[in-house]
Amino acid sequence: MSHDQGREKLIRMANQIAIFFMSQPKTDRAKGVATHINRFWEPRMRKHLFECLDEGADGLMPLVVEASTLINRPSSPTKLDKSGGVAKPL
Amino acid sequence: MSLIHEIDYGTPASRSARQVTLTIDGRAITVPEGTSIMRASMEAGIQIPKLCATDMVDAFGSCRLCLVEVEGRNGTPSSCTTPVAPNMVVHTQTNRLKDIRRGVMELYISDHPLDCLTCAANGDCELQDMAGAVGLRDVRYGYEGDNHVRARNDGAINAKWMPKDESNPYFTYDPSKCIVCSRCVRACEEVQGTFALTIEGRGFASRVSPGAHEHFLDSECVSCGACVQACPTATLTEKSVIAIGQPEHSAVTTCAYCGVGCSFKAEMRGEELVRMVPWKEGQANRGHSCVKGRFAYGYASHKDRILNPMIREKISDPWREVTWEEAFSHIATEFRRIQYQYGRDAIGGITSSRCTNEETFLVQKLVRAGFGNNNVDTCARVCHSPTGYGLGQAFGTSAGTQNFDSIEQSDVVIVIGANPTDGHPVFGSRLKKRLRQGAKLIVIDPRRIDLVRTPHVEAAYHLPLKPGTNVAVMTALAHVIVTEGLAAEAFIRERCDWSEFEDWAAFVSEENHSPEATESFTGVPADLIRGAARLFATGGNGAIYYGLGVTEHSQGSTTVMAIANLAMATGNIGRPGVGVNPLRGQNNVQGSCDMGSFPHELPGYRHISDDATRDTFEKLWGVTLNNEPGLRIPNMLDAAVEGTFKGIYIQGEDILQSDPDTRHVSAGLEAMECVVVHDLFLNETANYAHVFLPGSTFLEKDRTFTNAERRINRVRRVMTPKNGLADWQVTQKLAQAMGLNWNYAHPSEIMDEIAATTPSFALVSYDYLDKMGSVQWPCNEAHPKGSPIMHVDGFVRGKGKFIRTEYVATDERTGPRFPLLLTTGRILSQYNVGAQTRRTKNVIWHAEDRLEIHPHDAEQRGIKDSDWIKLASRSGDTTLRAQITDRVSPGVVYTTFHHPDTQANVITTDFSDWATNCPEYKVTAVQVSPSNGPTQWQEDYNDLSNRSRRIAGKIQAAE
Repeated sequence: MSHDQGREKLIRMANQIAIFFMSQPKTDRAKGVATHINRFWEPRMRKHLFECLDEGADGLMPLVVEASTLINRPSSPTKLDKSGGVAKPL
Repeated sequence: MSLIHEIDYGTPASRSARQVTLTIDGRAITVPEGTSIMRASMEAGIQIPKLCATDMVDAFGSCRLCLVEVEGRNGTPSSCTTPVAPNMVVHTQTNRLKDIRRGVMELYISDHPLDCLTCAANGDCELQDMAGAVGLRDVRYGYEGDNHVRARNDGAINAKWMPKDESNPYFTYDPSKCIVCSRCVRACEEVQGTFALTIEGRGFASRVSPGAHEHFLDSECVSCGACVQACPTATLTEKSVIAIGQPEHSAVTTCAYCGVGCSFKAEMRGEELVRMVPWKEGQANRGHSCVKGRFAYGYASHKDRILNPMIREKISDPWREVTWEEAFSHIATEFRRIQYQYGRDAIGGITSSRCTNEETFLVQKLVRAGFGNNNVDTCARVCHSPTGYGLGQAFGTSAGTQNFDSIEQSDVVIVIGANPTDGHPVFGSRLKKRLRQGAKLIVIDPRRIDLVRTPHVEAAYHLPLKPGTNVAVMTALAHVIVTEGLAAEAFIRERCDWSEFEDWAAFVSEENHSPEATESFTGVPADLIRGAARLFATGGNGAIYYGLGVTEHSQGSTTVMAIANLAMATGNIGRPGVGVNPLRGQNNVQGSCDMGSFPHELPGYRHISDDATRDTFEKLWGVTLNNEPGLRIPNMLDAAVEGTFKGIYIQGEDILQSDPDTRHVSAGLEAMECVVVHDLFLNETANYAHVFLPGSTFLEKDRTFTNAERRINRVRRVMTPKNGLADWQVTQKLAQAMGLNWNYAHPSEIMDEIAATTPSFALVSYDYLDKMGSVQWPCNEAHPKGSPIMHVDGFVRGKGKFIRTEYVATDERTGPRFPLLLTTGRILSQYNVGAQTRRTKNVIWHAEDRLEIHPHDAEQRGIKDSDWIKLASRSGDTTLRAQITDRVSPGVVYTTFHHPDTQANVITTDFSDWATNCPEYKVTAVQVSPSNGPTQWQEDYNDLSNRSRRIAGKIQAAE
């Protein structure tokens, strides 16, 4: 899958979520989309979503754009962790 | 260890609450009203001789051996058919009875071969036992007269003799040993509900006949084994018992096939499995079984099993056998290298619904604590993840609400997107039993599944909807219930959020949700929807059972919510006979989800972002846990193709065959640098693996499975793991190689850790399970005996939540290029990707996947039955043979996915459920055309498979 196909799929997934929440009571819509994405999308996916948003949100439904202010922007864009992945003891 | 003997009470238990006291042979006994004298005697410890009675079927009264005398009554009534009465005085052993019984036995034995010493039932024959019990010493009639025993009488052909029927791969039928007690016929009818057997002829000519005097294999027989279990002689005998002999010890364990989770006795001789016999006390199956659990265990000792760890540098290399230590150290080094090179999040793991709770718990722990990320997912992603999401939203917990016994009190049953008689056969039989007693059935399925019309069962309504329109149909049902004032207002006011209900009721009442408005795209006539809705709302206890035909859609989660809405709107939650019941595909789907296999939640369905939950595990595990959700399986594959995900540990899953859009899966796997497959066989995914870790079967394990009714059942080890290590030990040693300080000595310690960290499992331990038999979670201080029914006094989340369910058509549309809709499913004799069942004699029933196509569509394309056809979608194409049938509607085609050479998932697309990414297996736009051979993809794939199964130093045995 090329970069474009990957992005196309991500946009489709975000829009699918928006379509569901479009039918919900008005007050729940943007919050519903944002909560769903925060709870289920891995930071890499949210990073790509923000790339789409930052580049003009081409293809994204307005509700996704509206919800984006409530979506957690990954703190550092999937920074490579050179620790080797060993979880640190408390 | 000894053989578990179950008491046969002769007739089924009575459910009456009223008690009756009587005297049998001078002993006073109190039993429920309606109990037979035979059963009451057995409960008092007195065994009345019997042949035609067994407690798995109703009394029949034909053998005339169980006669008793009752004071004040004439004659000698049969104790199996005579119910107890207050103050009755019964004598089971008098001179008169002794004479009659001996006379009856004499007649039986005069037409029975006297080959006891060489008979397979020797030591387990009720006829032999009864001859002993009645003191038979002589057969005055001799053995020379008319008989069914010998092929020839004095040189002349004996027309009454019939040869042994060995057509069924698992059991034989030897008519010469039959005493025509009808137990098999009644078991087939009452327990299994197939009605494949009958008694043909009359009087002395009476014989048991499969179908209309056919061989078992050619008849309607589904090989469930109930008849074999019921047979008191060697007439119906497992071929394994004939080959090996009688078992000498046994252990109760849990079937490793579907989500019903049947309990079996594994009957052994040494470490050799003689047979699997369903356990009467098993609360999921109540002593019944299907062809898979009962007979299809041969894969455990199949020659294809890999017993040594193997490594290869490149997937084009042959495999090299290595030591366990070398394998673990190789994986640890590779995984750490990948994490150093590409980042901590570049690796992950997949747990399996075919593995036990303890194994999946360890894999998710390895990922979270050892890999330091949350990239763990499970195959429930591709089947029931929408159930988790949808029921979690509506009720507050991700599980079915009932136990299987609940069906016995249902009055109206909706089966949607499930085919229980094939996919969940033992539940299917229990459902059919209830339907024969008068409960009504509504089937919502594009295909005319067997339940729609089968002997003595007929659905009141079959709504043959177009694939992909579940939400529209469910919402239309709700429309009728709300607009016709059939909603259960009192229940809703008490249990649910009233303002959410009002909002939902207004939504479903909109004209565009009416059956008339949706008919044009659902294909279901409006009057059928109206009739079904009225029946469900007013017919008494209403239960909904559903399967992957609900979840595996782009609106899978929405349909689950619509099901929850319908159950709440009709007040069908919180008591026996009602509820929302997901039929889980694999045996431990429920358990693997419970154990925190999803990337966003820890064991017990607690979100990874919840600080208090993370804190519990962090303290115990001594690590800091990542608070961000990890990648789901499809996301892992996307990330692999993108280049940010490079290593994976897959336990007991075959994602290449089972996951959609095979080309995308293979591209993802091919892009990874270290794929570790832990399985019994070199499965299809292993074609792309760098390390193979051999796994062990359920027969080699001490652990637990959790079935679709949340029942935690013990799995007990009856043989040594052939691969040397139990699966939990493999994961533990891998964790140790990665620097984790794990030190479990026994799997029960893993369950103790689960109980200590997960409130819904608080009281669960191996000792407690041994004591209780099994428990259904939640099992804790509040519910010490477990929870057969959930949401009894209120919903787990507080108030039940009604959620609007707007129908949105899938993006997968038919058009000129792909005018047909493909939907997929499974068949009785095969299981999932077939890795197990294809390696058993079950292939006799289903040797290949076939494409079901309607005669109209077939004729238009010039396709005849059994022709090779090409099936193409925008994702890919494959070939298989056609089966022409009107079970599918015009415009719809159907196939199974049990065989890797068909690769049905080359066809399926990467569309998925909006909430969970559960793939949309059930709707693919396709074209069908005649074909004369395998596609290029199939040829290339076969090549790859053959190449990637080479093991250095081993010559491949010819198949």
